[in-house]
Amino acid sequence: MAVQKLPIAKAINESLRTALENDPKVLIMGEDVGKLGGVFRVTDGLQKDFGEERVIDTPLAESGIVGTAIGLALRGYRPVVEIQFDGFVFPAYDQIVTQLAKMHARALGKIKMPVVIRIPYGGGIGAVEHHSESPETLFAHVAGLKVVSPSNSADAYWMMQQAIQSDDPVIFFEPKRRYWDKGEVDKEAIPGPLHKATVAREGTDLTLAAYGPMVKVCLEAAAAAEEEGKSLEVVDLRSMSPVDFDTVQASVEKTRRLVVVHEAPVFLGTGAEIAARITERCFYHLEAPVLRVGGYHAPYPPARLEEEYLPGLDRVLDAVDRSLAY
Amino acid sequence: MTVESTAARKPRRSSTGGGKRASAKKPAPQKSNEPELIQLLTPEGKRVKDAKNAVYDAYVADITAEELRGLYRDMVLTRRFDAEATALQRQGELGLWASLLGQEAAQIGSGRATRDDDYVFPTYREHGVAWCRGVDPTNLLGMFRGVNNGGWDPNGNNFHLYTIVIGSQTLHATGYAMGVAKDGADSAVIAYFGDGASSQGDVAESFTFSAVYNAPVVFFCQNNQWAISEPTEKQTRVPLYQRAQGYGFPGVRVDGNDVLACLAVTKWALERARTGEGPALIEAFTYRMGAHTTSDDPSKYRNDDERAAWEAKDPILRLRAYLESEGHADEGFFAELDDESEALGKRVREVVRAMPDPDLMAIFENVYADGHALVDEERAQFAAYQASFADAPAAGEVK
Ligand SMILES: Cc1ncc(C[n+]2csc(CCOP(=O)(O)OP(=O)(O)O)c2C)c(N)n1
Repeated sequence: MAVQKLPIAKAINESLRTALENDPKVLIMGEDVGKLGGVFRVTDGLQKDFGEERVIDTPLAESGIVGTAIGLALRGYRPVVEIQFDGFVFPAYDQIVTQLAKMHARALGKIKMPVVIRIPYGGGIGAVEHHSESPETLFAHVAGLKVVSPSNSADAYWMMQQAIQSDDPVIFFEPKRRYWDKGEVDKEAIPGPLHKATVAREGTDLTLAAYGPMVKVCLEAAAAAEEEGKSLEVVDLRSMSPVDFDTVQASVEKTRRLVVVHEAPVFLGTGAEIAARITERCFYHLEAPVLRVGGYHAPYPPARLEEEYLPGLDRVLDAVDRSLAY
Repeated sequence: MTVESTAARKPRRSSTGGGKRASAKKPAPQKSNEPELIQLLTPEGKRVKDAKNAVYDAYVADITAEELRGLYRDMVLTRRFDAEATALQRQGELGLWASLLGQEAAQIGSGRATRDDDYVFPTYREHGVAWCRGVDPTNLLGMFRGVNNGGWDPNGNNFHLYTIVIGSQTLHATGYAMGVAKDGADSAVIAYFGDGASSQGDVAESFTFSAVYNAPVVFFCQNNQWAISEPTEKQTRVPLYQRAQGYGFPGVRVDGNDVLACLAVTKWALERARTGEGPALIEAFTYRMGAHTTSDDPSKYRNDDERAAWEAKDPILRLRAYLESEGHADEGFFAELDDESEALGKRVREVVRAMPDPDLMAIFENVYADGHALVDEERAQFAAYQASFADAPAAGEVK
């Protein structure tokens, strides 16, 4: 049975399992990934089946986790490391930015860094501080890193396979509030390229571009807009570095309007880059300026305010109305 | 055994190679439950006096019956508060709770050793220390309820905000202590962290800085045996207190379920710090009786026998046995304390239930001390957007 309905967390779990089976050099590393199976159970059962040498509970040290993963990669392994939550990646940020990202270039291409860093990210689960952040821009800004985020189970399964097979470091942002959303996974499908955006819903009046947790919000917004007689196209970017501008451009040339949606702060965010590029590429097609919906220039707020902070249906539709009003 | 002698006895790796790596066999970790700890009260509540303890014992030699009852009261009320918070989480009033169940002696003993002008840097489980510092316990709950990201003025009681990023606060404590020393003040600083946190680079760097600058800081590690699902053996191969030696300051392991020993050892360390003798590391050997937090399921990684063994070492029962055997407390005291506990539980429940959600505009408050044009612009946009809903409260109005 090739097609199965799986929650995103389980799709990643099965993807990791497949990778461990297919390649003895693949290792899983992180805090609590072993017996506990990770705090979100994404690595559930893997240590039981592959042993402590392949699925490694690490000391509580993120710089150590990424730094040793770099060493293991130098030695021919393909480590897939878990950072427990978005806000805890920063002790490892130095290793990721100053070392992991630059190693291939510094060695004149003679060495490769096939390291995947999994980060459950984003808000919407009512957590305390440092458990709800969207730091993807901080990584996308760094040359040498690739940054992706699936929005559904099939992508979660296949993008993880592709990330592990990549010879470049991939920061793999997992939309934690979607972990339990189910979707179909065809394990015999031939997936598209890792960094290609997809059109998640076709439309003619305006393009919504999003990734990770916000794709669902945009699809819901498109469904709501349809009832008001508006036809919205939704592009799932899937990759924030590189960004597939061609797919966005093609969509915008059709709809002539673009709203970019993400949870991360708007200021200097992925949306800013997309707005600039699309304005360059499609200036004469655009009927309205590219608008952005996202987080504010403020620390992620306490849980009781996150519903107001996070872009929801209303804020997306508000931007859609503003764009259509031009 | 010295390090050199270990090295000398290691077989040389054959230069021809090709064989299995010698290190495939891991050295057995030193058992971290070796009984080399400072203990002044046994689990049965008997007072211990011996040569090893003498230097610490001196710090509690003249403790009065009233003070002992005070320590008991602190532990009971802290446990009651903690139980109430756990219950409130179960009832949906709190998003999360990190219980200190089992760690009352470590926290009350060390917390009561501090002076008003000392400064405390906690992690996120130091509810008992907060109690000792006079922080209203209901203030600790705002962050767990999700109405703020802190909830008290750190300078009000010299008790810093809870720190969730593991180990970060040990550096803040060290820097603060460097400042204390520069000021020529004679107060001290104490930093709390867990056995898991001991693996963080920040903690190692705080040890380095505090030693190099002879900072008046006491590192208080509550080794509760677990870092979520990982036992202490996943963090270290030597007992944690021994780490201090490599940095050049003393390390002591204390029975973390013995409030008297925790009080004595912390007083000793704080006094050293105050008198210019620099940092010290205390490892309070204790146990996390509950889950890591209310989101955790310990049945995935540990069995109940372990907890049962530690229940026999309960810090509260131990002090009660001592108070009773010495005739330091009567039935009236315990009955009154029961009433006080119930009243505390009730107050906590009421205050939490009445805690309002924050004003929406709080998102933009205190982002900068001096203000910032971008924040001002986004605040105005947000307010206009909120006001566009028919039933919206006016911007700034409390919902
Ligand atoms: C830098 C960082 N990494 C990971 C986490 C997630 N996390 C929260 S508590 C915890 C375990 C901490 O164990 P320990 O230091 O022993 O303290 P305890 O909770 O047992 O008191 C982990 C891994 C975190 N908060 N910060």
